[in-house]
This record gives sequence, C-alpha cells and structure tokens, in this order.
Amino acid sequence: MSKLIVEERNVVVPGEKLATGMEYLPGNGSFREGEDIYSSQLGLVNVSGRFVKVIPLTGKYNPREGDIIIGKITDVSFGMWLVDVGCAYFACLNVREVPEFIDKGADLSNYYDFNETVIAQVIKVVRSKDINLTLKGQGLRKIKGGKIIEVTPSKVPRIIGKQGSMISMVKEYTKCNIVVGQNGKIWIKGENVEDEVRATEIILKIENESHTHGLTDTIKKALEEGTKNGL
Amino acid sequence: MVYSKREDGRKFDELRKISAKVGIIKRADGSARFQIGDTIAIAAVYGPRELHPKFLQDPEKAVLRCNYDMASFSVTERKKPGPSRRSTEISLVTEKALASVVELDLFPNTAIDVFIQIIQANAGTRCAGICAAAMALAHAGIPMKDMVAAISVGKVGDKIVIDLDKEEEDFEEGATDIPVALTARNKEVTLLQLDGEVSKDELMQAIKLARKGCEEIHNVQIEALKEIYKEDKNGQ
Amino acid sequence: MDNEYIISLVDQGKRLDGRKFDQHREISIETSISKNSEGSARCKMGNTEVLVGVKMDVGTPYPDSPDEGSIVVTTELSPIASPDFELGPPGVEATEIARIVDRGIRESKAVDFKKLCIKSREKCWVFFIDIYPMNDDGNLIDASALGALAALKNTRFTKLENDKPVFGEFTNEKVELDKLPITFTFVKIGKGILVDPHTREEKAAEARLSVAVYNGKIHAMQKGGSKGFTESEIEMMLDLAIKKEKDLKKVIEKAK
Repeated sequence: MSKLIVEERNVVVPGEKLATGMEYLPGNGSFREGEDIYSSQLGLVNVSGRFVKVIPLTGKYNPREGDIIIGKITDVSFGMWLVDVGCAYFACLNVREVPEFIDKGADLSNYYDFNETVIAQVIKVVRSKDINLTLKGQGLRKIKGGKIIEVTPSKVPRIIGKQGSMISMVKEYTKCNIVVGQNGKIWIKGENVEDEVRATEIILKIENESHTHGLTDTIKKALEEGTKNGL
Repeated sequence: MVYSKREDGRKFDELRKISAKVGIIKRADGSARFQIGDTIAIAAVYGPRELHPKFLQDPEKAVLRCNYDMASFSVTERKKPGPSRRSTEISLVTEKALASVVELDLFPNTAIDVFIQIIQANAGTRCAGICAAAMALAHAGIPMKDMVAAISVGKVGDKIVIDLDKEEEDFEEGATDIPVALTARNKEVTLLQLDGEVSKDELMQAIKLARKGCEEIHNVQIEALKEIYKEDKNGQ
Repeated sequence: MDNEYIISLVDQGKRLDGRKFDQHREISIETSISKNSEGSARCKMGNTEVLVGVKMDVGTPYPDSPDEGSIVVTTELSPIASPDFELGPPGVEATEIARIVDRGIRESKAVDFKKLCIKSREKCWVFFIDIYPMNDDGNLIDASALGALAALKNTRFTKLENDKPVFGEFTNEKVELDKLPITFTFVKIGKGILVDPHTREEKAAEARLSVAVYNGKIHAMQKGGSKGFTESEIEMMLDLAIKKEKDLKKVIEKAK
C-alpha cells in the first residue's frame, strides 16, 4: 500500500516522512529507509511521476548542467582555471573550453587571471562535485566593469520572471545591462552608477518580496516612480 | 535531600519557555538562534567549503567542525574570552551529537563549519547550542537524515527533573546533570554526559524524560524552520 | 575586478551602494541584550552587527593612579561573523579594534576613572568591555565603538559586600557617562575619502583613519592602511567628523 504523506509544495524538514511504500522513489533531497521515503532537506516537496523530491530554497548553489553562472577565477593551474561559483567545490574551466586559441605552454593568466570574473555555462556535473564550465557560447565571456551583487540562488527564477519578463522590465527602466547567474550572482552595468544602484535596489526588492502577490505590478510601480522622480 | 518544589514554579517534567529563529546572520550559509529560559545560543554554518590545508581533507566525506564559545559577558562572573578545556570538550561532543545525521559522505574533501556562541547563560548551554546548530545546518541546506534536539535532565535532591536551571544545577544537597541529545525520528541518543550520582533506574527514567522534552523542542525547531518558507508558499 | 571597479566609482564621486562619501548606513542600537552582564548592547550599521557586553570586577589600582579604576577592552573576531575570520587568539586586526575603542573612551574621559575607585591604593572597579562581531559587513571599528558606548550607558554596578563583588547581583546605580565620544572611520580610495566603509570598500582602500571626537575636540586617532594622507585630507576628515558628531550623538543618546 503505497501512499504519499505530504502534498506538492508542502514545506518539509530533514527527517520528515514524505511517502510510504515501494511505488514511490526518492529523488533529490530525499532518501529511502525501509518502506518509507524521508526528506533530507529543508525545502518544498515536488512530486513528479513516481519521484518524490525536495527542492531546497536556502543554502549554497547546487549546479545543474546548462546553467549560466557568474564565477570568479580562484586559481590558474595546468591546462585549466579553477572558478569559484559559490557551491561546495570549485568548478573547472578547461583550456579547451575557452574561445581563444592558446598555445601549449602559454601563461594562462594572460588570458584569464586570478580574481577575474566570467560569465560561463555549466556543461557537466558529476555527483555535484566535478563541475565543468565552458566559455564557448553566446554571451559567455570575461566581464569588465559593472558590479556584482548576490542573491539567494533559489530566488533567481523570480528575478528572471516568466520568459525573462521581470528582468527585461528592470533592464528597460534602469537602462542597465544585467546578467543573472543561476548561482545567485548578478552582474549589473549601467551608463552611470545611479542606474546601477537603482537596478540593485530593485533586484533586492524582488528578492525580499518574492513571495508577495502581484510582484510584477509592485516592481513596475517602483520602477515607474523612480523614473518620475528623475532617478 | 527532599526537593519538593521548583523555584520557578515549573513541574518536574516541564521545560522552560522556548523560542527559536532561523536566518539571523547574513554572511553565513545558515544560521539560527535558540532560547530556552534565560539561555540564548546563536549558531552559524559555513560550508560545505573547500578545506585547506589539504592534509586536513577526508577523501571519503566532509569534515564537520564545531566550535562552541561562551561570550565573556554571558555569565555572572566574567569568563575570560577564548577557548578553554571546557569549551574544547563541548565542541567535541557537539560534533559527535550532530555528525550521525549529517550526510557528510556527499561532500568529500570539504569542511562544514559550525560556530556556536552563547550570549546569555543560565544552564543547559551545550544543549541549546546543539539545538541552534541543528537548525542552522538545516537552514544551510545541508542534507541531513534527521534533526537533532538536546536537553539536560537530571536529579535535583530526590527528584528526576528536566531542563535544570542554574539554581538547580547548584542545588546545595546535590544535583546530577545529564545532557542528552536525541535524533527526532529514530530517537537515537547522540549526546550523553553525566556528572553526579544516579541509579540505573533513575538514569533510564531521566532519558525517557529527555525524550519527551526533545519532542517538544523538535516541534519548535520545525516551526522556526518552516517559518522562513511560509511566505514563499503563500505567494505561489 | 572588484577593487578596480570601486576605485573607478570613487573617481566619479560615487559609491557602490549609492551613498554619498560622507553618509553613514542606517544605525540602530538595542540595549540589555544579555541579562548576566552589567551592561550590554547590540549595534547595527547597515548589515554590520556587533554585540558588546560589560562585566565588572574588583581589582587593585595601578601604583601611578592610586585613586582610579580602569577599563579593559577586548575584541573577538569569531568566524561566526565572516568567512574571512579564523579561529584562534585575537590577531592584529582584533587587537587594533579593541585598542581604538579603548583609547576613544579613555582619552575623552567618557568614564571618570576616579569614580571607579573603591578604596585608594587598595581597591577599584575594573570594567571589561568585550566586543563580539556577529556579522561583518565593514567598519567594525565604528560599530564596536558605538556599541561599547551604548553598553556602558546600559551598565549598572555589581553589588558590593565588604568591598567584595557579589556577582549576579546588581545595584540600581548606573555608570555615569557624561561624555559620549564618537568614532569615525574614513578610508581613502583613489582620491576619494569615504566614511563608514563597507567590506568591499575596505578591501579597496589604501589608507584608513579613525578619529574619536567629543564636543568638537579630537581625543584619539589611528591611521591604518599602507598609503598616506595629505594634510588637507586630514583636515577634511577632521572637519567632517566634527560636523557629524551631533548626528551620531543623537543615536547614542537614545540608548538606555
């Protein structure tokens, strides 16, 4: 007799029973003990088919293949760079994964140096430990100027909005170039610092009020008011 | 030897007032505050993060490192700042109380650091620290098989009591203090210390009492953890 | 990239969070945060948060000041407050913060040490002011100095019996603090001088100056950082500290 004990989008804590019976299978953030499935994380229940998952909304970034992220070069090593993307392990950027042609034996730091920031894509994740990045692709590059702010990675979807609607709106009103990394790091570059500060304030507002109803309208209003006040 | 009534009017099996809050330190990956009576513990978790120097790494699992510290002003007579033999031991038993529930094998070569600061003390600080630390770990999104709660039980005069306060710990005619940590689901004892004298039956009775107290604490922990999500849920 | 960016912002007369160069973050103070202490306070400057507690003990006056008590300030930079801090005995940074706070209080005579004398040459009060940062988002110096002052204002004396302290029992007598020295920390980034720096600005800074002022007079200073200031820069910082003194005083005056 298999039975689901929790409902979709229930908030659960580590050790909480989610389902009983073998018909259900543990997904990310859950585990089986005997007949039962328990949560191993604080998060929201997500049932897809037979899988019962828990999606964490706090803590460090959990990399997934395909994610666009913003990271900082922390080490230049043989044939690769190590990049801090805000998760438990440094990600690896292989010399073959950059658009430049680099001669054997060349000093890699001439291309991408310690402390420089890149917009990269996650191409491979092995058991959330070996994380491989690429810089080959549209929009992927080293970034110069502008500023980086950090938000909780789980809030990123709200900041981007449906089909990018939220972030497009922020870009339009603040006239800033903005790249939102799935790892919660956001790059903002405007024509002047006032625009950047305004974009920052709006993004932090989205993060703080991400749970409220009518968020899009609230943000639109805030942006319009800012424009009216000549900000 | 007769202990007929608790000074603060509590029943022998009654906890002091408990409150808890999650997410109090911005820079940490996870954080929590736990208060029981006049004892206040704050915990912050950093990690999992790469562990350096390399020789400290464990290729099989993450290294859980706990540090318990009492603020100099948390007690009536100033405690000299910095570690002591006492705090070193408490850090160690705290680590052992938590290690069995944390899925350390998911993050080899990393460290998960837990820092506990007691900012106000009235007995039961190590247990309060463990309660705060378990919440901070969950808040940091670290996979755990279970939650942990801790409470001190013991014998004051001739009575088995739960959650001794400072006066009871110092009871003139003798008090035995038994800090106990229990996992919420499997009810495994992960911390057990004792100073004093009790019979085997009294000890087993005390552990039963701790079990009841930990259930109550666990509910407070869950509520505080779920609190930060409430808003998210309503908004969807 | 971060430092360069901050430097280029400052060149344009701007700051990362949109503040003006002479503008503080929001400051809030809460007192009586720890019951067993004689006095305690929590001071927040933006996201920076410090806890300060005051404990008392009875000691022997120094031979060169037989009618005075004393204060001892310590800072513990616990890794609870920042991933950049490490466990261990107080390092240079922690010691410097404690010393700056100590001198601000001592040199402005915020506490009249004579009133801490119990028996000339024999017994006096010693105040231990212990500072615990809980979240470091920059400018721990000013937050600590302000927190220490608030904790002192909150302090009541421990009960004395036959000239011996009875720990855990307090009198209704509060510590008299008629002078409230305010500490201002400035950093120099490029050619700009900024007050109340946050972490990223501290990292980009080449020089730092902390100034404790009371009633328009300067009572303690500390220059930090590897580069120097010009005389006109120093004058400018002093003018600013003196000008802003009353604004910050309002915050501390409210603390009880």
